[in-house]
Amino acid sequence: MLKDQDRIFTNLYGYDDWGLDGARRRGDWDGTKDIIAKGKDWIIEEMKQSGLRGRGGAGFPTGLKWSFMPKESDGRPHYLVVNADESEPGTCKDREIMRHDPHKLIEGCLLAGFAMNANAGYIYVRGEFIRERERLQAAVDQAYEAGLLGKNAAASGWDFDLYVHHGAGAYICGEETALIESLEGKKGMPRLKPPFPANAGLYGAPTTVNNVESIAVAPTILRRGATWFAGLGRPNNTGTKLFCISGHVNQPCNVEEEMGISLRELIDKHAGGVRGGWDNLLAVIPGGSSVPMIPKSICDDVLMDFDSLKEVQSGLGTAAVIVMDKSTDVIKAIARISAFYKHESCGQCTPCREGTGWMWRVVERMARGEADKSEIDLLLDVTKRVEGHTICALGDAAAWPVQGLIRHFRHVIEERIDSRQGAATVAAE
Amino acid sequence: MSVRRLDPNQPESFEFTPENLEWAKGQIAKYPDGRQASAIIPLLWQAQKQHGGWLPEPAIRYVADMLGMAYIRALEVATFYTMFNLTPVGEHFVQVCGTTPCWLRGADEIKDACKKHIGPEKTLSADGKMSWMEVECLGACVNAPMVQINDDYYEDLDGAKMEEIIKALREGKDVTPGPQSSRKTSEPIGGLTTLTEVPGAGGK
Repeated sequence: MLKDQDRIFTNLYGYDDWGLDGARRRGDWDGTKDIIAKGKDWIIEEMKQSGLRGRGGAGFPTGLKWSFMPKESDGRPHYLVVNADESEPGTCKDREIMRHDPHKLIEGCLLAGFAMNANAGYIYVRGEFIRERERLQAAVDQAYEAGLLGKNAAASGWDFDLYVHHGAGAYICGEETALIESLEGKKGMPRLKPPFPANAGLYGAPTTVNNVESIAVAPTILRRGATWFAGLGRPNNTGTKLFCISGHVNQPCNVEEEMGISLRELIDKHAGGVRGGWDNLLAVIPGGSSVPMIPKSICDDVLMDFDSLKEVQSGLGTAAVIVMDKSTDVIKAIARISAFYKHESCGQCTPCREGTGWMWRVVERMARGEADKSEIDLLLDVTKRVEGHTICALGDAAAWPVQGLIRHFRHVIEERIDSRQGAATVAAE
Repeated sequence: MSVRRLDPNQPESFEFTPENLEWAKGQIAKYPDGRQASAIIPLLWQAQKQHGGWLPEPAIRYVADMLGMAYIRALEVATFYTMFNLTPVGEHFVQVCGTTPCWLRGADEIKDACKKHIGPEKTLSADGKMSWMEVECLGACVNAPMVQINDDYYEDLDGAKMEEIIKALREGKDVTPGPQSSRKTSEPIGGLTTLTEVPGAGGK
């Protein structure tokens, strides 16, 4: 198990002071100036060496992403945008960073901003997080007052302004180009790529969008060294990670653990075990609602990292672990997720706008057993027609949970249809 | 997607209070020259707050004028983002998270408590003080089930606790936001499994 000394978020639960004094006591803002003095290339190389993969769901290497920004400005400003539009069902980790450890995020913004030649950054907080936004703004104000932001930020010679922005209830704005559209004052509809944000992002200028957790771990990585971070977890799946364990466990919680911890250890050690014991487990959605569920047989020995979960046709996503015990109506659980995607589709691409509603209606019927068995394959076929045929990944995210349901619980759907037809026959007689 | 329309009953006009106008100018200044449209969500949100929790059409036009935007662009924003209430809501506006992590832990009980003690979804209660609606994931999943009432989250709920909260708010009493259980935030309720050796973090 990860030792406390290797944990980054030492105020995860907010027992200590969230403010600047508390943050400094926990080691934040220590030698920020010296890190900046090592230069942009050193920072980006160190981030690459650490092996950090983006914590927002897609797992793209963070250092590599930073290196895509133009080395010199062509006259346009560069922007850092932090994605704090945390809305993936099951996920509640960035919230804890913003309300309990906001200075980790702010210091990370300065370092990342410097590394990518940006003098301004925007943090886009989901609209519902009103208290978290207020807390983050208060921390930004503290940082300005202490000279850690603004002109010659932290006496580093680099000017950096940081602004807190917010949304108003749209899951789709967690998609980076939708977020940029929203930040520009428009509907949150994803843009076609290319051009990628690193070439033409916010206001048409080079922009990098990073998740809160990815940015907030950067200062600690740069202080303790890439080797330390890369020494945790497994190759290509390094470091520590915030896990959110929800659903049918005895003690749902957020916890920072080493990448590659086994799912069973994670649940047993930190979440008090599955309700009714491990054998009462039915299935787990291991990375937020967008990834396919895995049944108990896979849960028994799967490891929690990007590559291990990919091997079992699921994904680490945001590391939001949603646990379902044997009392769960698994078809209904997925129907509710389908309803979510139907509600959150921005409506821009036809396969997603129409497909999400179509999939939801069919899964709802299947939950009641009001379907024909041939519709299971038809439904699977429709998910394949949505997946990969839309501008952004929301279409995929809507298709995968349904595919996971059919892959592992087809027999439950068939039994539900059989029992309904049986009941209908009896009624007719 | 959801179809959202403006309320048939609209006030004659809208304008910011002097304090909100000052505040709005500060918001607009966050964005580069010529990019003031970026401030539309914060400004509409403030307008909604000033107008008792819902956003009337004159406010949308007022904000559009302030930012130099075409009305249709502002209307698009107001109807796209679901936190803009286009019809009146109660003084205590309860948003119940019904997405799967909350559903697994009893969100249906919370909805039942709201139906019983407030009334049908999306309608003002008989005393005009409250309304409720089901919303999608509010991002406090390890504290499920939970609701948002105005600006605050109330977590670790069950049907009985929800009933108590509704009763207290109706009587004008304060309810402390956050987990309605023995824990402080999102730590395991049985005691810390990590951060026990870090000074301060474990509450020591």
